Amino acid sequence: MSPPPRRGPARRPKPQHGGRVALVTTASGGDAAAAGSAGHVGEREDGGAQGGGAEPAPLLRVTAECGRSRARAGELRLPHGPVPCPVFMPVGTRGTAKGVTAAQLAALGCRICLGNTYHLGTRPGPELVQRAGGLHGFMDWPHNLLTDSGGFQMVSLAELSEVTEEGVRFRSPTAGRRCCSAPRSPWRSRTPWVREGGGWCLNPQPPVPSPAGADIVMQLDDVVSSTTTGPRVRGGHAQVRPLARPLHRRQPPPRAAEPLRHRPGGLDPALRTQCLEAMTLRDVPGFAIGGLSGGEEKDRFWRMVKLSTDRLPRDKPRYLMGVGYATDLVVCVALGCDMFDCVFPTRTARFGSALVPWGSLQLKNERFARDFRPIDESCRCPTCRRHSRAYLHALIRSETAALHHLTVHNIAYQLNLMGSIRESILAQRFPEFVRGFLGAMYGPRERVPPWVLEALAAVGITLD
Amino acid sequence: MKVKLCGASGGRLGVLAGLGRSGAAALPLPGCLLYTRTGSAPHLTRDTLQAVGGVPAVAQLTLPTVAELHEVLQEYKEGAAKFIGMPDAVLYCSLHDPVTPCPSGYNTNKTVSLWGNSGRMEMTASKFMDIQRAIQPDWFQCISDGDTISGEVGRKRAKKSVDRSLSFLDICLQLLEESPELQGSVMFGAIEGGDILEERLRSARETAKRPVGGFLLDGFQGCAMAKETKLKLIASVTAELPEDKPRIIHGVGKPDEVLECIERGVDIFESFFPFQVTERGCALVFSYDCPPDPEAAVLKQNGAQDLEKNGAEDDQDEISKADPEMTPFEIFLKDKRYEDDFGPLLEGCTCYCCQRHTRAYVHHLLVTNELLAGVLLMMHNFQHYFSFFSAIRDALRDSKLDQLKKLVCRQALQGSANAKPGQ
Repeated sequence: MSPPPRRGPARRPKPQHGGRVALVTTASGGDAAAAGSAGHVGEREDGGAQGGGAEPAPLLRVTAECGRSRARAGELRLPHGPVPCPVFMPVGTRGTAKGVTAAQLAALGCRICLGNTYHLGTRPGPELVQRAGGLHGFMDWPHNLLTDSGGFQMVSLAELSEVTEEGVRFRSPTAGRRCCSAPRSPWRSRTPWVREGGGWCLNPQPPVPSPAGADIVMQLDDVVSSTTTGPRVRGGHAQVRPLARPLHRRQPPPRAAEPLRHRPGGLDPALRTQCLEAMTLRDVPGFAIGGLSGGEEKDRFWRMVKLSTDRLPRDKPRYLMGVGYATDLVVCVALGCDMFDCVFPTRTARFGSALVPWGSLQLKNERFARDFRPIDESCRCPTCRRHSRAYLHALIRSETAALHHLTVHNIAYQLNLMGSIRESILAQRFPEFVRGFLGAMYGPRERVPPWVLEALAAVGITLD
Repeated sequence: MKVKLCGASGGRLGVLAGLGRSGAAALPLPGCLLYTRTGSAPHLTRDTLQAVGGVPAVAQLTLPTVAELHEVLQEYKEGAAKFIGMPDAVLYCSLHDPVTPCPSGYNTNKTVSLWGNSGRMEMTASKFMDIQRAIQPDWFQCISDGDTISGEVGRKRAKKSVDRSLSFLDICLQLLEESPELQGSVMFGAIEGGDILEERLRSARETAKRPVGGFLLDGFQGCAMAKETKLKLIASVTAELPEDKPRIIHGVGKPDEVLECIERGVDIFESFFPFQVTERGCALVFSYDCPPDPEAAVLKQNGAQDLEKNGAEDDQDEISKADPEMTPFEIFLKDKRYEDDFGPLLEGCTCYCCQRHTRAYVHHLLVTNELLAGVLLMMHNFQHYFSFFSAIRDALRDSKLDQLKKLVCRQALQGSANAKPGQ
C-alpha cells in the first residue's frame, strides 16, 4: 500500500558541462602536469589551439582595450559558458536573487551571479547544498556562479566572528552553531565543508567535491573595514601566508578559477603595495580587489583601486568587490577593473528606488502618483515596457510584486550599463561613452564630483 | 456576454462568450477568475504570470484596492486594464476583496463601506458609478449590502439587505445607461438575503426582472452559515435565475465547496484560495485526476499520500507552526520534514516551480524569508487551481463529476481525520 519513498537525490540530473573540469585553472609550474592531464578531460574547442591542452586556457581573453584609459573588454572563460566583461554580477545571497526567478535573471542576460558562502553555510548548510547537486542544482541556475569567501561578513558580522591564523570562525546567528571558514580551503575548490563539532567548517582535508560547485571561488581574506587603521590591518597579511601553502605542495588543480583576493592593507598605500607584491608573486588565475566598499572617502577609494591595477598583471581579470554604483562602475572600468558585484541595485529596489541614467527615482514619492511614463523611456526591460511610474507607485504601497518589478528593472539597468561600456570599448569610443554617461548623470561639468574627474584624468580621460 | 451551455448533467458546462470590449474573449464554464491585488497577480510580474499554465482570460479587480486610485484613473482616462499593464485582459470588478475581512455594521441605506489600505471608504451609488467610469471594467458587480455574513442576522436585517441592494441596483442601472464610458460594460446584480430563504428568493426574482448581465450570489462568504443551509439556499436561488445568464459566487474557494456549488448551478468562482494557501507557506497537492478505475483511486496519487502525512507526525523540534486555517488540500513547506526533500512540490506537476525546483529549495526560501518563496508557491498554486477547474470541466464532459467529487471529498476527510491530535 505504501508508495516508494520519495526522498532521494535531485530528480533531474543537470547536464554536465563538457568543459567544466578542465577549464580555467592556475598554471603554476608545480601544477602544470596535473593541470595538463585535467585539460584532456574536457573538450574545449580552444583547448587544442593552445598547445594541445598542456597549457590550460587563461581565464581572461581581452578582445579590445581603450586607447586612452585602462579599460578593456573581453570575455571570462568559465565552466558554465563565457561571460563578456567588464561584467556586473547580481548578488544572490541565499541561493536566490531576491524575488527574481532564475529564468527571469537569465532572460535579462545575466550569465554569472553570486552566492554568499557564509549565508549558504548557515542555511541551508553545505551538506544539503551538496546533496541538491551543488548550488547550481539547488537554485537551478544553469550559468556561472561565484561564491565569495565569507570575508566581508567578518566586518558586517564582526560580533559573530573570531579571526585566527587558521581561519575565521563564525557563530551562526540562527542556531547558535559555529561554522568556520578556513583560509586554505577555497584554494581547492573541490574542498569543502566538513562537519566539525556542532557546526560546519570549511576544511581542506580531505578533498571531496565542492558542495557549492561554484565556477569561481574566492580565497578567504581577512577583511577589515577600510575605515580601520593600525595593527588589525597589518594582521591582514595572515592571508598571504596560507595562500602560499598550496603552491608549495603538489595538489590537484582546482576545478575552477579562483581570483584571489588581494586586499589587506586597507587604505594605507604602503601596506597595500606590500600585499600586492606578495600576491602577484603567486601564479593564480585572477585577482580581486577588496576591502574598498566600506564607506571610505572616494578620494582614497579610487587611488587604492588605481594603485592595485597599476601592479596587477594585465592578462588576468581584476574583480573589484562590493562596488556597484553606476558612477563607480564607469570610473573603475576606466581604472582597469573587469568584474563587479554589489547588493545595491537589488537592495535599493526593495526600498522603492529605480535606477535611471540620471540617478534614481524614489517611486514611493507622491510626485509619481500621476506620472504615466515608464521609469525610463529608453529602457527595454520587462517593467518599463509595460508599467508606468504611477502604477508602480500605487502597487508599492502593499504588493511585493512592485518590488519584483523594480528589482528586474534595476538588474536590467546594471547589465545594460555594462553592455554599453563593453560596446564602447570594442568600438574604441569609451572616452566618449564616459563623457555621455557623466553628462546624463550630473549635467554640466561643474556638477561632476571632483574625485571622478581626478580619477578619470589619472588614466587620460578628460571631459573636454 | 452570453452563456452557451453544452447540456452536461450535474453542472453547467459551457462557455461565457462575447467577453471584453472586442467580444472576442471567452471564459469556459465552470471557471474561475484570476485574483489580483491592486491589479497585479499577487507576487507575480508579467513574466512569471505568463509562465503559469491555464491563466483565466478574466482578471478580478477588487474595488477597495483601486478606489483609492479613483482620481489617478480619472486623469489617466484609458481605464484600469491599461493602467495595470494588462490591456488585453477582461476585467471583472468586485465590490470587496475576498481576502480582506469587512467589519460588520458600517452600511446604511445610502452607503456601503469599503476597507482599503488607508481604512474605511464610504461609497454611495453615485460615487460607486463614478469610480466604475474611471475603471471602465468589462464587467462589474453592482454595489450591494452583503453585511449578513456574521451569522447572527435576523429576518429584519436580511430583508434590509435585499431592499438596499435592489435600490442601489436601480440607481446604478440608471447611471449605467447614462454613462458613455460604460457602454461596453456589463453589470451583475447581487443576490442578498442572508440565510432567510424567502428573502433570497425575493432577491433573486426581483434582480432577475432587471436588465442585469448576470448574478452574484453574495453573502455566502465565511463559515458562520451552516453548510447545509448554504447549499440549500444556493440551489433555491439558482433555480430562480434565467439559464442564459452567468452566476458568480464570492468567497467560496476550497475545492470541495467549489464542487458542491457547481452541482447547484454556480458558474464562476474567484481564485483567492491559492493566494491564501501561498501566504501561509503551503502548496496545493490535492488530486483531481479521475482514474479510469475508481477503486485504484487515491492511493496512487502521491499528492494524496502527502495529505495523509499532514499532521500525522508530531514534530517536537519543529520551530515554525502551520497556520490553523490550513486545509487538507495543501502541505506546509516550512515544515522541517521538507528540509531535505528533493522532490518537486507535486510529482507530475508541470508548473515552473515543480519543473525546476525542489521542496527543499522552497523550504529554504521560506525559512530564510526570501521573496522568491511567494513567487514560486503562487505560480504552483495558481496553476494547480486553474487545472482543477479544467479537470472539473473534463469531468462534466465525461459525466464523471460524481467521481471527481468523491475523490476530492475523500481527501478533505482524510486530512481532517489526520489533523486530530494524538491519532
